[in-house]
Amino acid sequence: MLAQQYGPLQGKMLQIMDENGVILQTDLVPDRQDEAWLESYMTMLKTRSADNKALQLQRQGRMLTYAPNTGQEAAQVGSAAAMAEGDWLVPAFRELGAWLTRGVDLERVYLYWYGNELGSKFADGVRVLPISVPIGSQFQHAVGIAMASNIKGEDDVTVAYIGDGGTSIGDFSEALNFAGVFNAPVVFIIQNNQYAISVSRQKQTKAETLVQKAVAAGIPGILVDGNDLMAMYAATKEAIDRARDGGGPTLIEAYTYRLGAHTTSDDPTKYREDEEVEKWRAKDPVKRMKAYLIAKGIWSEEEDVRLIEQYDEEALEIFRKVEATGETELEDIFKYHFAEMPEHLQEQYDEYVQYLKEVE
Amino acid sequence: MAVMNLISTINHTLDQELERDQRVVVFGEDVGLEGGVFRATVGLQKKYGEKRVFDTPLAESAIVGTAVGMAINGLRPVAEIQFSGFMYPAYNQIVSHVARMRNRTRGRLNLPMVIRMPHGGGIKALEHHSESLDTLLGHIPGLKVVTPSTPYDAKGLLLSAIRDEDPVIFLEPSKIYRAFKQEVPEEDYTIPLGKAKILQQGTDVTVVSWGAYVHEVLKAGQLLAEEGISLEIIDLRTISPIDRETIIESVQKTGRFVVVHEAAKSFGPGAELMALVNEGAFLYLEAPPTRIAGFDVTIPIPRGEHHYFMDAKRIAHGIRRVANY
Repeated sequence: MLAQQYGPLQGKMLQIMDENGVILQTDLVPDRQDEAWLESYMTMLKTRSADNKALQLQRQGRMLTYAPNTGQEAAQVGSAAAMAEGDWLVPAFRELGAWLTRGVDLERVYLYWYGNELGSKFADGVRVLPISVPIGSQFQHAVGIAMASNIKGEDDVTVAYIGDGGTSIGDFSEALNFAGVFNAPVVFIIQNNQYAISVSRQKQTKAETLVQKAVAAGIPGILVDGNDLMAMYAATKEAIDRARDGGGPTLIEAYTYRLGAHTTSDDPTKYREDEEVEKWRAKDPVKRMKAYLIAKGIWSEEEDVRLIEQYDEEALEIFRKVEATGETELEDIFKYHFAEMPEHLQEQYDEYVQYLKEVE
Repeated sequence: MAVMNLISTINHTLDQELERDQRVVVFGEDVGLEGGVFRATVGLQKKYGEKRVFDTPLAESAIVGTAVGMAINGLRPVAEIQFSGFMYPAYNQIVSHVARMRNRTRGRLNLPMVIRMPHGGGIKALEHHSESLDTLLGHIPGLKVVTPSTPYDAKGLLLSAIRDEDPVIFLEPSKIYRAFKQEVPEEDYTIPLGKAKILQQGTDVTVVSWGAYVHEVLKAGQLLAEEGISLEIIDLRTISPIDRETIIESVQKTGRFVVVHEAAKSFGPGAELMALVNEGAFLYLEAPPTRIAGFDVTIPIPRGEHHYFMDAKRIAHGIRRVANY
């Protein structure tokens, strides 16, 4: 069991592939077709294209705030790729790779960051929760969803994400504790990207690793190279399988790095050295997976360039559609608070509509 | 028809709904094995099993937060916060998620869930066990806030709350859990949320109250009737949304308005009620709308409690001034 070998107190990190895409541990390579790895890689590329495009558009003043994922694609895609059809995904707010893997439409994601709640209205059947802005609070929902699966006798598993900063919040500890007590089929993934806005991981806790927090909750934990797609897939798959088989929750620490800013509102050069960023750039998860696939003979530099171009164009096209939606419909801000709009709210709406008519 | 007090009615109602709807689950601190500190859930775990009626670790935020997840995944959770004064750790979940999920997802994810809390004071309890949080909850868009004043209403309102497609905060006035008994029908019935109830028709002053204070107001009404002052007494029953129509119609008839509540006066629910009376019945008023409400102080522990909580005599005194204005 990987979670024993690379458990919270083992002082080891699961790595299957090195920084150059060379397999380090052949016996640990998950049993998965080449096409499946290629598909995951493509989702990583698509995530990065969508990221780059969003940042570009934001600088042009066309997109509002945006939280970039660059550098964390393997942690997101690798974990989400291990999920099965009916499984639930509970994101924090920086999980584009996971969302795309689980069938969320990029158009919705862009619409959300563009500033319209309709962006969180994912298609029916997509078992993905909306972005949760209050840090860590989504972990409770994940446990509740998983408890409900247990109560109903269904075997769906819930996968939830949080950042390194989120592990300091009470809801994180409460969620791990509840999940343990109720043996909830949930996999908690910490994307330890080393910074909570400007506060470094070292300032969040004196604990040597974040995954150590699993120990007190009495649940398995595993420290994983978050920039290694295969390692992330393997660790998550094992945790999901265990949860589905009645083995309860697991905490995964994906050791990774946010190459970009927290959001477009901050300047990371204020709180970290370029040297550190460059060190991590060498561990780029996209780069290493590309090297692996090319070495395997199932991908080429040319195809890569073409696909990036295609994704860039698609992302721009999708954004244009989003941009064309303009402003939020007035009715929309009123009508979704309750199944039926209460009288006092209807009155406020009517009064405003009347005002708009009068000033027209 | 059985004769029941408020707490046994809550128990009976949860029992019936657990029986009727497999999606209903009941949980909280001491809710399972012990059956709740007030015995609201006594016997339910034994009858429905640990999967549907269970104790949770001591963590209010997670009690409410997991209820959110359960509601998303097809259950109808009925969570208990042991006392409303312990709600604060869960307030982030309530305000940030419970009240917002439907709007945030533009109707894709709604939360059919109930949070029950013993509420209010006058039970000679320790600090934090006597709070009146009407405003903190009523002010939040996306929440319905309900509080019964009788066993009969408790059953009808609780069934409506559990069957509602949206979250409902159900505040149970702990002072009257065992204060009196009433006939409660065995059969299923609901009372619509958002509807007040006229408890007593009258001509001189409209008095609105809710929860435990309703009974003090009724007694005050008897005292004043002896002096020839006729009260129209309304039990609000739902703190949010407010049944404006019933109140405004009544004030248009009586021309005088008093609201009586336990919560602290400033920024309290009474201010909201006075505002809607001013908006809806201004030209009918013969006296200033008036609040008879808690002092703006921290609710005292037992030896000072009687100063804070009003009896019928003190309430009658306040109403008398409005009647004679």
